[in-house]
Amino acid sequence: MAPENTVTAPAPDRAPKGAPNRAGDRPASRIRSLLSARETPVVSALVVTLLAAGLFVDMFATGRNIDFLLLSVAAIALMALPMTLIVITGEIDLSVASTLALTSATLGVLWEAGVAIETALWICLAVGALLGALNGFLVTVCGLPSLAVTIGTMALYRGLAYVLLGDRAVASYPQSWIGGVRAPFLGIEGLPWIAVAILVLAVAFGVLLHATAVGRSLFDIGNNDEAAHFAGVPVRWTKFWLFTLSGVVAGSAGFFWTLQYGTSRADTAFGLELQVVAAVLLGGVSIFGGIGSILGVMSGVVLLGAIRNALQLFGISSEVLQVVTGLILIASVVTPNLVARVRARRAPVPGPPSEPTPAPSAASAPTKGEAS
Amino acid sequence: MDPAEVPPPLALVDVTKSFGSVRALRGLSLELRSGEIHALVGENGAGKSTLVKTIAGVHRPDGGQVLVDGSPTGFAAPVDAQRAGVAVIYQEPTLFPDLSVAENIFVGRQPRTRLRTIDRARMRRDTEEAFTRLGVDMDPDRPARGLSIADQQLVEIAKALTRQARVLVMDEPTAALSGVEAERLFTVARTLRDSGAALLFISHRFDEVFALCDRVTVVRDGAFVSCDPTSDLDVDTVVRRMVGREVTSLYPKEDAERGEVLLEVDGLTRHGVFADVSMKVRAGEIVALAGLVGAGRSEVIRAVFGVDRYDAGTVRVNGETLPPGRPRAAMAAGIALVPEDRRQQGLVMESSIERNATATRRWPLSRLGLLRPRAERDSARDWGERLSLKFGRITDPVSTLSGGNQQKVVLAKWLSTDPRVLFVDEPTRGIDVGTKAEVHRLLSTLAGRGLAIVMVSSELPEVLGMADRVLVMHEGRVTAELDRDEADEESVMYAATGQRPNEAA
Repeated sequence: MAPENTVTAPAPDRAPKGAPNRAGDRPASRIRSLLSARETPVVSALVVTLLAAGLFVDMFATGRNIDFLLLSVAAIALMALPMTLIVITGEIDLSVASTLALTSATLGVLWEAGVAIETALWICLAVGALLGALNGFLVTVCGLPSLAVTIGTMALYRGLAYVLLGDRAVASYPQSWIGGVRAPFLGIEGLPWIAVAILVLAVAFGVLLHATAVGRSLFDIGNNDEAAHFAGVPVRWTKFWLFTLSGVVAGSAGFFWTLQYGTSRADTAFGLELQVVAAVLLGGVSIFGGIGSILGVMSGVVLLGAIRNALQLFGISSEVLQVVTGLILIASVVTPNLVARVRARRAPVPGPPSEPTPAPSAASAPTKGEAS
Repeated sequence: MDPAEVPPPLALVDVTKSFGSVRALRGLSLELRSGEIHALVGENGAGKSTLVKTIAGVHRPDGGQVLVDGSPTGFAAPVDAQRAGVAVIYQEPTLFPDLSVAENIFVGRQPRTRLRTIDRARMRRDTEEAFTRLGVDMDPDRPARGLSIADQQLVEIAKALTRQARVLVMDEPTAALSGVEAERLFTVARTLRDSGAALLFISHRFDEVFALCDRVTVVRDGAFVSCDPTSDLDVDTVVRRMVGREVTSLYPKEDAERGEVLLEVDGLTRHGVFADVSMKVRAGEIVALAGLVGAGRSEVIRAVFGVDRYDAGTVRVNGETLPPGRPRAAMAAGIALVPEDRRQQGLVMESSIERNATATRRWPLSRLGLLRPRAERDSARDWGERLSLKFGRITDPVSTLSGGNQQKVVLAKWLSTDPRVLFVDEPTRGIDVGTKAEVHRLLSTLAGRGLAIVMVSSELPEVLGMADRVLVMHEGRVTAELDRDEADEESVMYAATGQRPNEAA
């Protein structure tokens, strides 16, 4: 039967984070759970892509290009983190790119008004929190579906960005800040500090999702929010804070994005929310909630970026890039279904590999766990 | 005998079916005859559901034969079974809520007019005719949304009638029905039997089996045990055969010392649902909430626990007032609730046994906010052992367990919080007799250890056997409070149906 469950999914994700794994699990079962995990395909695809691109694409494996690649996916990677948690609870936030744009516009207005950029950063984060909280309020208190709510606020926030800036662009940011945002980490070429920061954040999100009580409850909410409610999980509060968090992160992405490109425009990052959702789904998160991991999503983000980057280096036009991205996404959705179907067809003949004694017959004898 | 001459409309011979290494059916034979109601009884996990699904064409047997009118047939898909005249009524039918009753009955095979449009008049006429044959009064034009489960089942039966089904399988149809509704279903079943249909009736309630059925087949561990006319059997024999051992007592409530009042509910009201409900429950006491389905019993305990809101009244645990609508606060105060619908409310079916069993204790099982997988696993295993849970691996999805074992996981989930007040809502619904007795023994032991227990149950024998006190609800109000020695079937049923009990007695 091999149902894809939440049980196996997070397990392999824990290993890279250096969890000591003293649990004494049999290695065989760990390897099996590693192989059956949902994010395995995307992680292996990423490894293959990086190897292939490094070997066959000139200029791919250079510090300059890696630097460019990482900077180009930074904003997506940032926003994908809270998006992962939101999708796992069975909701979605399509307003992230518009939130980014509105904070970017806010930053532009503040900067022109002469507000210090350090102060402006905090205001941007607060704006993001406010926008996210509005989403959360509409979803949890009013009980509206998040898809509808965030399509609405997507248009609303984008519209407000136009109200603030109109067709203008603010591009007078100090060069030191623009350079600072792209600065390498400890002077290592090809490793912008933002990539390190995102990595740290990703580990934090990964620990939150896979190793804490709150993370577990997110999976429960996504699988069966009623049962979660009955087990004392504050379902609505949790969702509210997730949307707020998503807003804060989108706000910080807006701040970063503005300085990265040195300009604030109302139409900035148009359609970026779809790339975020795409990366999340490619990373093995179920759109129906209840399944997913941070490792998979981060691999998805980098995979999409790397393929794009490699094809660009090949000199392939942006139209073709779009087509390729679309095909990859469809493949990523189809593959798990195909795998499940093939498994289901094969299952009846040999039976699932080595199931321990199913504790049948003996009227009341339970399977005695050999634990002391 | 004549049955030998006319082949039975449906028979199974030596059917086997395995899922992986689990042998669900090991050589089961069953013969359904026309004009007969045949009961199938067995513990949960004995293979009844697999058998039903084999008959329905959902599962294909690995070995053995399915005979229709005496000739071997392979049901490759449910549609083949339907064509052979087999209809299955599930415990909880799935109708299309926005379609009318008639549309539901003819879904996928609507009669056409000459213009190839749907012939609504004929659909309605045929539906009415089916209802008349069943002796049921229902409007064919009303939407299916809002129909009670009992009515939904009747719609399914009408659907089977219009399909000219000759074999009708009813899989625990009465599990969610009140007494009156079940009685109506039985009348319909008898009508069908008398018109020559073959019925297979699956139930855990022996009174129903004995009242309704002509023959009883017992299965255990996927194998055939016995098949006898009902008149040759009694409950004890059947139970013994099902369990394969003696079941000493079904309702072993021991006397426990009553302690101080742990739970005090005062004037709890939720408009339109229940009104002015008060109760006091002492340590060591089991209080049963009896009443018909829909009397508001589950709603009351859900409100007390905080998953539902209430409009007025107070809840005090150990003298301290509980804030409304906060399950966490209730849990912190030592309340646990084993909900009515374990698949929807009690468990996250996709999640593992381990994670379900520890879902209520993730903070205590963490250190510095990080979960300790080892501690989780050990704790889940420990509780599995204490409740004699039968499972393969502790990391298997909880959906792989049988109903009784799923219920044990829910119990583990809540008992492990070390509650002082325990609410159990239909704790033995859809559970086999063996596990049922275990659950009853467990509740009794817990009361003995000083827990205050409130049990909602629709099974009168359970209520009368287990409870120290019985609160009877009718239409959202408590209509009677009976002590153990005053409570009998009559007094409870009087109060449950809202009739004035004789106050003097």
